Amino acid sequence: MADDLKDTLSKAAPMQRRSLLKGTAGILAAGVFPAVHSADQLVLRYLGTATNQDKDIADKFEKDTGIKIQYVAVTTDDVTKRAVTAPNSFDLIDTEYFSLKNIVPTGNLKGIDTKRIKNADKITSLFTTGMVAGKAVGDQGTAPKKTIFLEGEKSKVFAKSPTQYMSLIPTTYNADTLGIRPDLIKRPISSWAELLNPEFKGKAAILNIPSIGIMDAAMVVEAMGIYKYPDKGNMTKKEIDLTIKTLIEAKKQGQFRSLWKDFNESVNLMASGEVVIQSMWSPAVTAVRTKGIACTFQPLKEGYRAWASGFGLPATLSGKKLDGAYEFINWFLDGWAGAYLNRQGYYSAVLETAKSKMEAYEWAYWMEGKPAAQDIKSPHGDLLAKKGEVRDGGSYEQRMGGIACWNAVMDENAYMVQKWNEFVAA
Amino acid sequence: MSAPSTPSLPAASAPGRTLAAWWQALPLTTVFALFFLVPLTLVLMVSFWDYNQYEMLPGFTFKNYLAVFDGCLSRNESGDLCVTLKTYLSTFKFCLLVWALTLVIGFTVSYFLAFHVQSSGVQVVLFVLCTIPFWTSNVIRMIAWVPLLGRNGLVNDFLVSYGMVDQPIEWLLFSNFSVVLAFVHLFTTFMIVPIFNSMMRIDRSLIEAASDSGASAWQTLWNVIIPLCRTGIIIGSIFVITIVMGDFVTIGVMGGQQIASVGKIIQVQTSYLQFPLAAANAVVLLAIVLMIIWALTRMVDIRKEL
Repeated sequence: MADDLKDTLSKAAPMQRRSLLKGTAGILAAGVFPAVHSADQLVLRYLGTATNQDKDIADKFEKDTGIKIQYVAVTTDDVTKRAVTAPNSFDLIDTEYFSLKNIVPTGNLKGIDTKRIKNADKITSLFTTGMVAGKAVGDQGTAPKKTIFLEGEKSKVFAKSPTQYMSLIPTTYNADTLGIRPDLIKRPISSWAELLNPEFKGKAAILNIPSIGIMDAAMVVEAMGIYKYPDKGNMTKKEIDLTIKTLIEAKKQGQFRSLWKDFNESVNLMASGEVVIQSMWSPAVTAVRTKGIACTFQPLKEGYRAWASGFGLPATLSGKKLDGAYEFINWFLDGWAGAYLNRQGYYSAVLETAKSKMEAYEWAYWMEGKPAAQDIKSPHGDLLAKKGEVRDGGSYEQRMGGIACWNAVMDENAYMVQKWNEFVAA
Repeated sequence: MSAPSTPSLPAASAPGRTLAAWWQALPLTTVFALFFLVPLTLVLMVSFWDYNQYEMLPGFTFKNYLAVFDGCLSRNESGDLCVTLKTYLSTFKFCLLVWALTLVIGFTVSYFLAFHVQSSGVQVVLFVLCTIPFWTSNVIRMIAWVPLLGRNGLVNDFLVSYGMVDQPIEWLLFSNFSVVLAFVHLFTTFMIVPIFNSMMRIDRSLIEAASDSGASAWQTLWNVIIPLCRTGIIIGSIFVITIVMGDFVTIGVMGGQQIASVGKIIQVQTSYLQFPLAAANAVVLLAIVLMIIWALTRMVDIRKEL
């Protein structure tokens, strides 16, 4: 090419060169590649975190309905960022309820019409009223009941009481606690305070997502008896200072081996034995166990830090894509996906449809806290629990009933992030 | 594929600034303006904006810059520096260590390649060997250190089983040591390439002349080779220093996310939609890096020597 060009140039004619450039410019302007026309198949771009984006779910949905799901996997924080800054870059969003405090005021989400959702009235009461088995659970932080209803289809504020429009239709939720290596700790663990116990110096980890990490830290501060928060999920500046100070002191004494931000990092830290006690997520515990390494998602007396995620629709979605998105949500609540998630240790939004797609012994193990009647396998066929084992945390009611607080976005969020950076730098 | 790739071809007729020359410069200029100048201006502009929980508010305020340097004028009650100063000090420390190590290692490797390996075939093969760290992705290269340096990793297993230590050594991983190790492993090539290039252009008769005049090997190295490699050394230094200043992935993974870096702070801030604050941090970082590069380029006129 360079030689060709030299030839062209030396043979004279600035005119020729200019026309060559003009031609190039023309090609560039026109767009070098002809537009690729997509096939007629409907494709939905599904924005969310990788933990929820299972290939099997997309494959099964495509088989059932012919609609293709295209996963866009980013981190928890980036889901929010995309929803706020690029609301047309997806057709379906899978985000956490606490993020809504940042997304809904932008008007980038559409209220989901529950009249178009077949199983809407069967969504578990944890979301709509904050009750499990008739009892109210902890609602510190951004509990879903505070953010699930919108005042209308086009609304930038949350409704105080149930309405026809939901901000997110719940997909998965769970109650998180500390993960431990029972084989290396060799004694019972029953309190959040153990995370900062000097006994585990250099063998503890906390997650480095400020809005979640601060909640874990608050659970620890309360468990250590340092302070009792009126609302852990909405701290004052002073409370943030106190919490971060506790973390910094522990860090300076070498309590933490590492911090983690990504699901896989937490799995590696635990599986390699670098860390024996840390903030953890349920599927990460499952992942460690499938490697044949003992790992317990330890229930603690102070309760759980809960989270919940759900599907939302971008405000601009319309026509066939909107119908397709509704079809996906309806399909998702219809049982197959719910059963699939329950088998991974999550909980699904509509329990009865999921139950119909699970074997009785699976339901008894995962949801009723009973000993496994036979070996429990993950959806991919890995052994998760041997016959006779009982799930950590017991039944659905025991576990979800033990919620102490929810992941949250605080009013003092900016200050909290600034202080968190201070902790990382300390 | 087109003209922009050869912007400085001497035009046959008019060597001056003809219209054609401007046309030729246009595509690159456009790309440069669109993808560099415009975004940079936007960052600068946004750094003066205000923001709330979920959106940026156009305006003009120094709030973000004040926030970056908040509490930096005095030590806080527990005697610590402010986050920004502490972060930059820690980053400078890494810069200095990594720069010194990559320079010594890179120079030695280049010297060996350029002066001790006689056949140019072997030279090429060995040179390609130096690029092996780049055959895998950055993240995989870093993660590969974990099974090696971890508490139950190969190194500790070896030391413990041969009784050299009683307890596994903790500081091998998730420490300043592991961060510097990973940096040196990753970036020594950036030193080797420009220094090797400079060395290959040294006229061998100069070295002969030096030895004929009675210079010892060290004298030749110090008074002939190093001054003639100056351009390569400076270019390599610019590469290494700018990368280390902006890095947050390596520091994050190898430091167990417990060591602060400016990049990490910016990343956390953008995650929490604090774009103006992140922009202010980015502008400060850019200014500091530019000053370092300016100082380095004072030492050598790169354009003249290339």
